[in-house]
Amino acid sequence: MESLDLHKITVRELNQYLHKEFPQKSDKKLEILNPDGVHSIAVGLDTEAEVDIKGHGGYYVGGHNKHAKITVHGNVGWGVAENMMSGQVRVKGFASESAGASGHGGTLIIEGDASLRCGISMKGIDIVVGGNVGNFSCFMAQAGRLVICGDAGDALGDSLYEAVIYVRGKVKSLGADAQEEPMTDADYAALKGLLDIAGFNHNPKEFKRIASAKTLYNWNADANQEY
Amino acid sequence: MCGIVGLLVKNQKMRSQLGELMLPMLIGMTDRGPDSAGLAVFGTPVPKNERKFNLYTADEDFNWQKLGHDFQAHLGNKADIALKVNHAVLTTSLEPTTVKVWLKDHYPQLHLLSVGQLMDVYKDTGTPAQVAARYDFQKLSGTHLVGHTRMATESAVTPQNAHPYTAGEDWCLVHNGSFSNPNSVRRMLQHKGIAFETDNDTEAACRFLEWRMREGDDLNTALHKGFEVLDGFYTLLMGTRDQLALVRDPFACKPAIVAEHDDYVAIASEYRSLAQLPDVKNAKLFEPMPEELYIWKV
Repeated sequence: MESLDLHKITVRELNQYLHKEFPQKSDKKLEILNPDGVHSIAVGLDTEAEVDIKGHGGYYVGGHNKHAKITVHGNVGWGVAENMMSGQVRVKGFASESAGASGHGGTLIIEGDASLRCGISMKGIDIVVGGNVGNFSCFMAQAGRLVICGDAGDALGDSLYEAVIYVRGKVKSLGADAQEEPMTDADYAALKGLLDIAGFNHNPKEFKRIASAKTLYNWNADANQEY
Repeated sequence: MCGIVGLLVKNQKMRSQLGELMLPMLIGMTDRGPDSAGLAVFGTPVPKNERKFNLYTADEDFNWQKLGHDFQAHLGNKADIALKVNHAVLTTSLEPTTVKVWLKDHYPQLHLLSVGQLMDVYKDTGTPAQVAARYDFQKLSGTHLVGHTRMATESAVTPQNAHPYTAGEDWCLVHNGSFSNPNSVRRMLQHKGIAFETDNDTEAACRFLEWRMREGDDLNTALHKGFEVLDGFYTLLMGTRDQLALVRDPFACKPAIVAEHDDYVAIASEYRSLAQLPDVKNAKLFEPMPEELYIWKV
């Protein structure tokens, strides 16, 4: 397997290689050594490939990813897989704030905990978190699914649009307009599919469904501004 | 944006390397704070009846020898002066108020950075690497330190406006974030007779917390009052004689990560400042929760 060392090249050189020469290769497998918390590692990939990051990443790891399968063998900083379009990003450790922010597609798997604002403004991405998520997760999430195998912090799903949350543990509090709804057969099937992709062996029956009550969809002149 | 670093060495053998261990941490935060840098280091205390006064002047040709002579002539007491470029540590057994008044009257151009028995404070403009080289941070020793790299957003880039801020003795604070009500906090404290040196938002928070603790609050209670009074975004790292304390605002708007190792506890805004620490792969890494106080004792 091809190996690039961030002690020897800059992250800009790495990303330019990933954008230009790497997609032309026949064997698109690559490992990145010594990430040491550097920002923007493997951002903007647009090719079917397997990329392994051997250590902890900084901010925006795998941002804007399209098609590639990126695995971080460690933790990541803010905004992992932000604005991802397709493909997969897997974090073996924990993820800091705003994981999967604004993601349009693909799957983000976080085996540990995710911090605050996980899935903020997501637009079609699926996120599966093995541990807990922090406060304000799924804030203003428009489409896609967030699966939380642990607990959720305060204001889960505040101002949700069409995204759906499946949570297995305790929810500290729901955000404005988020509500618990009954699980349907379609929910169980969708959840099982996501848990299988992530490789988490939980029973879908243990999860609750949180979605938008849609009371904020239209302006209510009688609401007395009490949101 | 700013960068924060903190290091507390548990392994006694590593205390002589405190500066060396910290240096890559501080330089690692250059992107977050390229305009100024500073740190407070806690070392061996001076004898009980003595105090260290950390002094700064922008004038590199300042006549420190004359200051020593004047001090003895006017106050009848010897002052020991240790000099590093334009930074000096004046040690004396005279009462702190007497020294402060004398300095203000006779040497108003000097900036008093700190008063205490263990703590030395260095802060200046320049990149973290430049400031570290100027004051030889690499050779610092001690039990713990807090450091800061600044990207100014609300007040001028000057040595005085760099962090850490201090109030009282052997207590300091560094801040990543911004307060939205520092002026009202400053006015409230000024009415109580508390003097300010800058228009910086962090100084308001620093003096607020020190005032609460002087009024009898412990750090935890003072910080909980701070949650109510101080409006804004912050990760605060504080150093006392024997501890480091960390707190993040209720929305955790500013980052922090901690590495707890058998030999040390290290805190930074981002992991890239922890990556160079010895054996960090075996440290317990975690992100501190919002509105929770974390304390590590020497």
